[in-house]
Amino acid sequence: MTAVPVEHGLILAGALFVLGMLGVLVRRSIIFMLLSVEIMLNAAGVAFVVAGSRWQQPDGQVMFIFILAVAAAEVSVGLALAIRMYHKLKTLDTNAAGRMKG
Amino acid sequence: MIAMNDMLWIMPAAPFAGFLVLALAGSRLPRKWIAAVGAGSVGLSMFAALFAGCSFMSAPPGMHAYVQVLRTWIDVAGFSPKIAFYLDPLSVIMVLVMTVVGFLIHLYSAGFMRDDEGYARFFAYMNLFVGSMLTLVLAEDLLLLYLGWEGVGLCSYLLIGFWYKDEVNGYAARKAFVVTRVGDTAFAIGLFLLYSNLGTLQIQELMYRAGQQWAPGSVLAVAAAALLLGGAVGKSAQLPLQTWLPDAMAGPTPVSALIHAATMVTAGVYLIARTHVLFTLAPAVQAAVAVIGAATLLLAGFSALVQSDLKRVLAYSTISQIGYMFLALGVGAWSAAIFHFMTHAFFKALLFLGAGMVIISLHEEHNMFKMGGLRTQLPLVYRTFVIGALSLSALPLLTAGFYSKDLILWEVWSSKSGGPLLWAAGLAGALLTSLYSFRMVFITFFGEAKTKAGGKPGMSMSVPVVILAVLSVAGGFVEVPVHFFTGFLAPAFPPVQSANKAAGEIILQIIAGIVSVSGIVLAWFLFLRSPHYDKTLSQSGFGSLVHRLWFAGWGFDRLYDVLIIKPFLWAAKVNRDDFIDLIYLGVVWTSAGINRFLTFTQSGKVRWYVTGVAIGAIVILGIVVLL
Repeated sequence: MTAVPVEHGLILAGALFVLGMLGVLVRRSIIFMLLSVEIMLNAAGVAFVVAGSRWQQPDGQVMFIFILAVAAAEVSVGLALAIRMYHKLKTLDTNAAGRMKG
Repeated sequence: MIAMNDMLWIMPAAPFAGFLVLALAGSRLPRKWIAAVGAGSVGLSMFAALFAGCSFMSAPPGMHAYVQVLRTWIDVAGFSPKIAFYLDPLSVIMVLVMTVVGFLIHLYSAGFMRDDEGYARFFAYMNLFVGSMLTLVLAEDLLLLYLGWEGVGLCSYLLIGFWYKDEVNGYAARKAFVVTRVGDTAFAIGLFLLYSNLGTLQIQELMYRAGQQWAPGSVLAVAAAALLLGGAVGKSAQLPLQTWLPDAMAGPTPVSALIHAATMVTAGVYLIARTHVLFTLAPAVQAAVAVIGAATLLLAGFSALVQSDLKRVLAYSTISQIGYMFLALGVGAWSAAIFHFMTHAFFKALLFLGAGMVIISLHEEHNMFKMGGLRTQLPLVYRTFVIGALSLSALPLLTAGFYSKDLILWEVWSSKSGGPLLWAAGLAGALLTSLYSFRMVFITFFGEAKTKAGGKPGMSMSVPVVILAVLSVAGGFVEVPVHFFTGFLAPAFPPVQSANKAAGEIILQIIAGIVSVSGIVLAWFLFLRSPHYDKTLSQSGFGSLVHRLWFAGWGFDRLYDVLIIKPFLWAAKVNRDDFIDLIYLGVVWTSAGINRFLTFTQSGKVRWYVTGVAIGAIVILGIVVLL
């Protein structure tokens, strides 16, 4: 089994990150924004794993497990916020939650 | 027997102690106690003064003065003023008058202020005033004198604005404070000048060195005397700083009686008498004192003639009578000025206290033209008030006012630096005095009753008034026929420089007597018998113009308003946004602008924030990569 070249891995991570960021920027629904944030986190995870296998170190995989934990915490808080928002505003559109203006 | 030397400090200390007690615990004390502490402390210093006066007269000390040095006040670089008291014939008289009149007015106030909520505050201020005033007259050092001088100024301010909830009173208080401050500044500069040139502020030493080092008429002597005169003019409400005294009547009536008639306003007279050596060295300034006095007594006399507020008549009358004292000082008749100070303190305090009783029984009515007919309603007030008015108009032979005013007129006539012109001014003033005094009496107490008097004054108010009425008559006989008063003061002052117009004192006395009586008769004719003459006169074109001018005190208020206050306010307004302010305003504008920009970025839209974060990250990455 031949190793995947490190450049390919990094390009994949970069592409995922940019896709995730575009998702956060363009989607208005808070659920999709949370999904996009997850994609960005996973893109970072891929970059760590690729780097770990490049230098044959376990640190990359340790960091990925760490990111999984952070992502789980973030999702729990984010979903709770989304539910509160739906209760309050009867919509998931983030533009409607603009009352902190000014 | 206790040595007199060690007793002097009690006189100012007792009222100060009373002030401390009332200021610290006054709100918790019952009213009886407040009155007891307030009047009692002044009473104590009155007994100390009587004791001092008696032992002074029975056994005059060497050099005619007691000195008590309490301690060194400041000691720095050779400048070491002492807290020391000095008792000579002049201060004996001052202290006696101040404590006796002060005590009587405190007694009166106990009744007068009975229903006032600021009872303790009132007596605290009054005690502080008496203490400061006694410090002023007993001080052996000009610096200590200045402390007392400023102390009485402060108390005057506090007591004019005693009913501070009314804005007008606060304005009157500020006016009095600011106007006298003008004089006080001149006085302070005078002190600097004296110290820098003569190296001491001890009065006796200062007078001695001034006589030694300065030639008569030299520039320094003239400047020093002129600066001291500035202070005296401000405090004693003489031209051109007289405008504050009529407004000072906003205070409670006992305050007007004590501070703005009997004691504080005569501090200027005392200052000039105390430093008379300086004024003798500066003949030009001394002549100015006489001219100021003569002009003031005439101007204020005319103004008193047209006032409708009972207390304002008395205020202008006070200015006018102090004008007499200045006139006497100006011709070197030091003892005559002090004699008039004493009799004036008696009869003017009496008149003010009488006016206070009238005003309180008519429920705060100040306008004379709404009074009338009080003769039968308030017989005691009427009798004492008439005695006071007679003394003020110098009814011949009987009243104290006659003897003091006559002495002044005679010495003005006969003195080297006096003369017929100043004498004529004084005589004209005497006619005005009896005219306005009895205009006041006839309008207030005669004619038909327009307001019904409610309630009779109590004992604590009647007794002081009766005592003052007795003093207003008997006070003259300390001088006539035995010259006891001037004889007593003789060691303190040089004799009058008489120009040997020795003959004719009797003739002048007769003239003065005729003038005084004819003023009273004229007042009776004009204001009681046929008041329509007065009415037609004051309603004719020219008459009403003069009436308005006199009523407004010759328009000095308006003059100062136009000349000083308006330009000052204008300059202050223009300078609001000057260069220095622009720096600070710039800081304000910048931060306000940044604030506006930053609030714009807080749009409340999450995706904008994300965009911001993304752009920021890209910028930082770009910087890291490129550099």
